Amino acid sequence: MSDRKRDMAIPSGRTMPSEERLTPPVWPEGRTAPPNGRFSLIGTRTRKIEGLAKATGQAIYADDIRLPRMLHAKLLRSIHAHARIRAIDASVALAMPGVHAVITGKDLPEFYGIIPWTQDEQALCEEKARYVGDAIAAVAAETELLAEEALRAIRVDYEPLPAVMSIDEALAHPERRVNEKSAEGNISKQVHLAFGDVEAGLAASAATVEAEYWYEGSTHTPIEPHCCVADFDSAGLLTLWSSTQVAHYLHRDLARVLKLPTERIRVIQPVVGGAFGGKSEPFSLEFCAAKLAMITGRPVKILYTREEVFYAHRGRHPMRMRYRTGVTREGKLTAVDAKIAIDGGAYSSFGLVTTYYSGQLLTAPYEMPAYRFDSTRVFTNKPCCGPKRGHGSVQPRFAFECQLDKLAEAVGLDPIELRRRNLMPANSRTVNGMRVTSNGFPLCLDAVERASGWRDKFRRLPYGRGVGIAGSMYISGTNYCIYPNEMPQSGVQLKLDRSGRATVFCGASDIGQGSDSLLALIVCEELGLTLRDVRVVAADTDLTPVDLGSYSSRETFMVGNACLDAARKLRHEIAETLARRWGCARDQVVLANGVACSTRDAAKETASVREAFQWTEARIGTLGSVGWYQTPKLGGDYRGGTIGASPAYSFTAHVVEVDCDPETGFVEVKKVWIAHDCGRALSPVAVEGQMEGSAYMGLAEALLEEQVFKPAAPHHGPGLHHGPSLLDYRIPTSLDVPEFMSIIIESLDPEGPYGAKEAGEGPLHPSIPALANAIYDALGIRCDALPFSPPRIMQLLAAGDARARWAAARPKVLARAAMTDAKRAR
Amino acid sequence: MLTLPRFEWVEPRTLDQLLDHLAAHAAESLMVAGGTDAVPNLKHRLHEPRYLVHIGRVEELRFVRDEADGLHVGPLVTLADLARHPVVRRDFATLTRAASLVAGPQLRNMGTIGGNLCLDTRCTYYNQTFFWREALGFCLKKDGAVCHVVPQGKRCVAAHSSDTAPVLITLDAEVEIRSRAARRTVPVESFFVADGIHNNVLAPGEVVTRVFVPARARARIGGYQKLRPRGAIDFPMLSVAFAASRRDGHVADARLVVSALAAKPRSVTGLDALLADGVLDDAAIERIAQAAAKQCRPVINIPYDEDYRHAMVPVFVRRALREALGLPPRAAREVVTA
Repeated sequence: MSDRKRDMAIPSGRTMPSEERLTPPVWPEGRTAPPNGRFSLIGTRTRKIEGLAKATGQAIYADDIRLPRMLHAKLLRSIHAHARIRAIDASVALAMPGVHAVITGKDLPEFYGIIPWTQDEQALCEEKARYVGDAIAAVAAETELLAEEALRAIRVDYEPLPAVMSIDEALAHPERRVNEKSAEGNISKQVHLAFGDVEAGLAASAATVEAEYWYEGSTHTPIEPHCCVADFDSAGLLTLWSSTQVAHYLHRDLARVLKLPTERIRVIQPVVGGAFGGKSEPFSLEFCAAKLAMITGRPVKILYTREEVFYAHRGRHPMRMRYRTGVTREGKLTAVDAKIAIDGGAYSSFGLVTTYYSGQLLTAPYEMPAYRFDSTRVFTNKPCCGPKRGHGSVQPRFAFECQLDKLAEAVGLDPIELRRRNLMPANSRTVNGMRVTSNGFPLCLDAVERASGWRDKFRRLPYGRGVGIAGSMYISGTNYCIYPNEMPQSGVQLKLDRSGRATVFCGASDIGQGSDSLLALIVCEELGLTLRDVRVVAADTDLTPVDLGSYSSRETFMVGNACLDAARKLRHEIAETLARRWGCARDQVVLANGVACSTRDAAKETASVREAFQWTEARIGTLGSVGWYQTPKLGGDYRGGTIGASPAYSFTAHVVEVDCDPETGFVEVKKVWIAHDCGRALSPVAVEGQMEGSAYMGLAEALLEEQVFKPAAPHHGPGLHHGPSLLDYRIPTSLDVPEFMSIIIESLDPEGPYGAKEAGEGPLHPSIPALANAIYDALGIRCDALPFSPPRIMQLLAAGDARARWAAARPKVLARAAMTDAKRAR
Repeated sequence: MLTLPRFEWVEPRTLDQLLDHLAAHAAESLMVAGGTDAVPNLKHRLHEPRYLVHIGRVEELRFVRDEADGLHVGPLVTLADLARHPVVRRDFATLTRAASLVAGPQLRNMGTIGGNLCLDTRCTYYNQTFFWREALGFCLKKDGAVCHVVPQGKRCVAAHSSDTAPVLITLDAEVEIRSRAARRTVPVESFFVADGIHNNVLAPGEVVTRVFVPARARARIGGYQKLRPRGAIDFPMLSVAFAASRRDGHVADARLVVSALAAKPRSVTGLDALLADGVLDDAAIERIAQAAAKQCRPVINIPYDEDYRHAMVPVFVRRALREALGLPPRAAREVVTA
């Protein structure tokens, strides 16, 4: 399929297949208001409902599942970065006692991929391996050790091919074709979009800054490696337990690759130990375990080693970004021009979306009169990149927020003031046509400025210490499903029973972010239950209605809305029952903390919620309800204009304070002030956890993590991961985490459940540029390339007149601050 | 997850049983105490022994005795116990510091002083899984014939990575070594040899049975500085140990060891000349720092890159010396007024 056709297939605002879109019910009391006049649980500090089970080791993860007669399987992986597979001889392995089956690419030839237009992966490479670690064959045996020993007995006849290891090589050598599904050469996807007259804007600017930025790439490092267990029963039903964050998409792709009807497949997501986007598409292990279970008639488990998690990857893309940005003398943005090259690794994954996101998600919270981006994703012989927390937009945000810092200096403005002069109001439209509703960004800026003591610190701290600011926005889910259809994005079924208990069924994936607790909280709030009274059944394709999964920060907004509607329908029935019984009005009925009463005479007109359920069941029959969420039609009226469109956007600002050691290049982050507009914090503890976790993750990517590969050398080929282990790929220990101060800003989004928006990914974005800007304040060096490792800092310090720049930056700001102070005094 | 290879488990209860086993099967045996180094290395197939000899039940190797001639420490004493032992804390504070900087608390509760001394050398091309090393084409330390750090090199340059060894050298410590047939004592400094494949003098059948720190080292001032990216877990990318006796404002018996660069810790030579009249002032510190940098040549066996690690040698030497004098790592921050 040509690139052009692929693009045509993407639904845009204009070409949506149906004008008849489901719209959520309109509640007279509104979506943001508490059902009882005030909240009883929402906004309070509660535990995650599964927290205790996790803390005590009782939670069942995929690797805890052990079925009778279960086999263990292992994958054989390519030792070459790029090689044709001429032949595979598994006869010796198959003859080993205890080895039950060996499969290769020929057994699973169907191509798959998370984006229907770019299906370019096979569970096991059939003709070619495209990176060191690409899966080639799988062995099922009685034990893990035996399976591993059998792998070593498999002979693969490789024909090594020249490899492509960087963006430049990929572009320079189209003949070294990494991925045969590409439209041309090594181009995975290109997007050029322009809004307004960029060149005129730049020409009319009082100051312009042009710079190149490099984001090196990083991986997710969830503490739980990928794991699955497959069981194929005698009735022909395939059950797969998998550590996935997208059970529904996995369900569809299993059917496609295994050539089974979807109704013969059940996917269950057990408790997941972290994902961060690294489990948001199907992986080789799921197809291989299922196929091996079908062949052997025995359950099969595959647990990736930590090294294999590095090869499965789908981490943040390396990006080389050149930005030209202009401002007026007053500090108003005039135009933004971006040219972005993206290293995608060997396959497409979400790359089509990544390429759009690299440009589409930059257009708030600042107003841009003109904007243009030109993004190209290329294939290289490395593990495939994909979505990591803040998919596609963390890298451009890093570059752009550093640009703003430089522009502020160029026109002599405090960088917070420069941002204030470009704020986009609530209920407005971005230059690329995205609808922005609630917007708490101005409050975020105010909050971090005040809390951090910014005015006493910026350009005033001694050499080596500094502060930096950055802002960002992010989506609360995207407005279209990955495969075009007109069905809701999220569904919830709710069942109440006579014991006073609610069970909520939903396809949502709790990957630690708390969607199970979210479901429970909303049901409790609406029906007056306590958290002990609610059971959550989630992410089981046999039992739960479809939710598209845990990606794009969609769960709180979409699952939350679906759940709120399901619960409110039953709440109204129960209130009706009580109103009839007591002879009061329906809106005089209160349900809270297990008790029902009227506001008219709470002492007399009172019952337990359990009794209320029973009276309602007697009145209308068995109690159940459904809710769903479907996005409104959103986005710009151009091809790709729906990508980046979201029903609501979250906003974040960070101030980072650092203490740098100019002798060693070590950067110590002393404290981070994070203000995040999540609409309404349904669970403040969960929101703060996401804010801190995001900031921690961003800082780690900037300071410690190195997702790099060894180049070819005299005695070895290219493409070896530098250190695919948690010893060599350094994520922070508890001792390396700075102090965080999380400030929640609540803008009450009119379409969110009780006004809520996302909190899981947005708060990551500013951490990297705020850190870079703080290092500039501390040392006078611009960290335009990640990582900001000690050797890199020392190189920058050695490279020139850093110390002079540091000194020169001071008086300007200090003089200006003095002027402002004098003005205020008058 | 990564599997352990197949092996036979041997668990002697006495030193005699251990030495008997080694006398017969040394070449096919790997000794394990806390397992913090051996277990991951087994999972990476860096060792494929027929016998895994667990020495953790040989109780006679677990002791700390403070005697007139010095401190006697059994090899099975854990790094955590060593670090918190009151005599070590009082008389050999630098040893407490070095032991406390190994890995993390859980690993220090398992890892032993004997294991830390006998720690296998480390290299970015060696401490990897079997699969990774197969894709590499292996290396001369294990399963292969070439060196990837020094492509023409015939000798392994994997890095000595023990935190405690450099400090023990500055304290003139010795190790007692026993085999079925003999007992010998060697200074810790001579315990190590410049061969990354096997970087100590232990012959097949020999076991470290005691670490001894002489009484004359008790009063020494000292410092230990470790370059590592994180506050825990990481092996040293560069380590510097210093100790000296101090009398009447002058220092004597100065020892400076720089390690984690090559297979053997390097004792910096010529200290007496650099310490004119035993005065350890800023100028002397600077002379020693520069001399150390001249004597050390890092290679790209472990991260970070060799130029950076070389540039850090004088910085960390300065800091170790300042630590010994009770000074902060850096001179006071300059205050710049705008």
